[in-house]
Amino acid sequence: MRTLTARRIVIVCATLAGLLLLVVVLSLKFGTRSISLYDLAALLFHAATGRSDQISSDFRLIILDIRWPRILLAMIVGASLSVAGASFQALLRNPLADPYVLGVSSGAALGSILSLIWAEQLPGATPFGAFIGAIAATAAVYFLGQRGGELDSYTLLLGGIVTASFLSALIMFLMTTISGRELRGMAFWLMGDLSTPTPLSPAWLFLVLILAVGAIYTTSADLNLLLGGEQEAMHLGVHVVRVKLVVFLGASLLTGLAVSVSGAIGYVGLMVPHLIRLLFGSDYRLLIPATALGGAIAVVVADTLARTLVSPTQLPVGAMTALVGAPVFIYLLRRSKT
Amino acid sequence: MNPAERTAEQAAPSGPARTLPPEPPRVLVDLASYSYAPEGGAPFFTLEATSFEVRSRELVAILGRNGSGKSTLLRLLAGTLAPLSGRVKLEGLEVSRLDLRTRAQRIAMVQQETPLLFPVRVWEFVMQGRYPYSRGLRFETEEDAAVARQALVEAGADPLRGRWMHKLSGGEKQRAVLARALAQQPLLLLLDEPTLHLDIAAQVDLLRRLRRIATDRGHAVVVVTHELNLAAEFADRIVLLDRGKTLRVGKPAEVYQQELLQQVFGTLLYVEYTARGTPKVTFSGADTD
Repeated sequence: MRTLTARRIVIVCATLAGLLLLVVVLSLKFGTRSISLYDLAALLFHAATGRSDQISSDFRLIILDIRWPRILLAMIVGASLSVAGASFQALLRNPLADPYVLGVSSGAALGSILSLIWAEQLPGATPFGAFIGAIAATAAVYFLGQRGGELDSYTLLLGGIVTASFLSALIMFLMTTISGRELRGMAFWLMGDLSTPTPLSPAWLFLVLILAVGAIYTTSADLNLLLGGEQEAMHLGVHVVRVKLVVFLGASLLTGLAVSVSGAIGYVGLMVPHLIRLLFGSDYRLLIPATALGGAIAVVVADTLARTLVSPTQLPVGAMTALVGAPVFIYLLRRSKT
Repeated sequence: MNPAERTAEQAAPSGPARTLPPEPPRVLVDLASYSYAPEGGAPFFTLEATSFEVRSRELVAILGRNGSGKSTLLRLLAGTLAPLSGRVKLEGLEVSRLDLRTRAQRIAMVQQETPLLFPVRVWEFVMQGRYPYSRGLRFETEEDAAVARQALVEAGADPLRGRWMHKLSGGEKQRAVLARALAQQPLLLLLDEPTLHLDIAAQVDLLRRLRRIATDRGHAVVVVTHELNLAAEFADRIVLLDRGKTLRVGKPAEVYQQELLQQVFGTLLYVEYTARGTPKVTFSGADTD
């Protein structure tokens, strides 16, 4: 009769953090130009000790200016999407919920495009637009998914898919009618891509990530009970409305953050929480931090593959995650029907 | 034994009496009514003013046809609905005004369905009953574990504790759900048609457990059920509802009158009595029309 302890959470998270470190090092090493582990170690040592003049300018460009920022983004995006997915699954009581499948990512994408059109100069306009778009899409899907006053699992998924396709059509419309330099890379960005420059510095992104994940984490014990239905949770003393509001805003913020940085990377929010549940159980007190780390690992791996598989050409990372994620979605869908 | 020890022992008597709660929980339903109405429209269902009491160690069954207001009454008792008029009190406090946590420490509800989204073990599930007692990120303490273990034993779910909830049979699952409710250490235990999907053996087993839990642990237990004979056998008192009206409150023998039951349930029923004086409802298979 093992109960969850803080110790177990620390052990699991430390293990995952170790794995993340390993993945990051490998991702720094591999690319169009592979760098030996020895050179990499020397470079990291010099960079860490502040002697960057000792690093060859080639290496500095490739590792510190190109690969490292991209890996950093991949980690932030992966953690955001995965925690958003796990949160939506509890909020909507649907194991197949994922920001991409539900159309929340499309809402965020539309929001950031609109903000680019209307308020390009304002700093932070894109992430804010993405956040508002994500909130609107989540609210829309939440109401579309109701049937007879209750959330219906399949109605919700269909509502999400329809919302996503409607919003994609709007995005297409905007992209073809509005010409401008900022829309050049947008097709690539829409597939989910980490190579475009970000509107906010990684430090800001990280701060928002920590705040949103932290807010959701404070409700993790409540989310465990919310999985059994709102009535059940209320009978056990959960302030359902408050919890739902925190999770709704937190998950929308995370989706907006991820999309404004990287476009719509799909299925990460679906696959990672499921895998973590399979490995460590479904207690949200462990699931949230483990999912954040797992998501970071997953997107770093996916992006490294996207960079290297058909090198020197690059794939959008969203294509990589969809290649794996869509079959997983079908598998989970079929399993949930039985 | 020195005198000091003796007085200490007198102050806190040992033995079985110590396991009983210090004061008997008691529910008072005083002319409570409720009405569902669309905004500004005429009500489409009204539970008319009803009054009864539930004492500690008592098992009360709420009977009536579908749509007679049983579930509404249960929700009034649970405090999730506030009565439009009258009061529902638990140990002198209005239940709908208690804050959620306090209420969950005093009232436990076993609902008809307990949906699960992700696989969870019986042990973890029962631990959820400790939620209203924990704080912050809510890691369960040794005391929580001890209470949960006790609840598992009382509900007869102890052998199931390592199993997955979704792999249990109907009867096993109901015992696990009951264990979680007991882990809340409630003064009042409410059950909404707990025997619904159970076979007869599991039904009898569940009611026996509830009877024993009420008697031994001093809980007040209220069960909504369609099982007239189980209610007659195990309940101390019956609340009989018909289309929102409380027709009768009393001991099974007082409530189970043939004409009354025929009228309420709208079918031909016969009331007989067992050797112990317990009413028994039977019906004829012959076409009487």
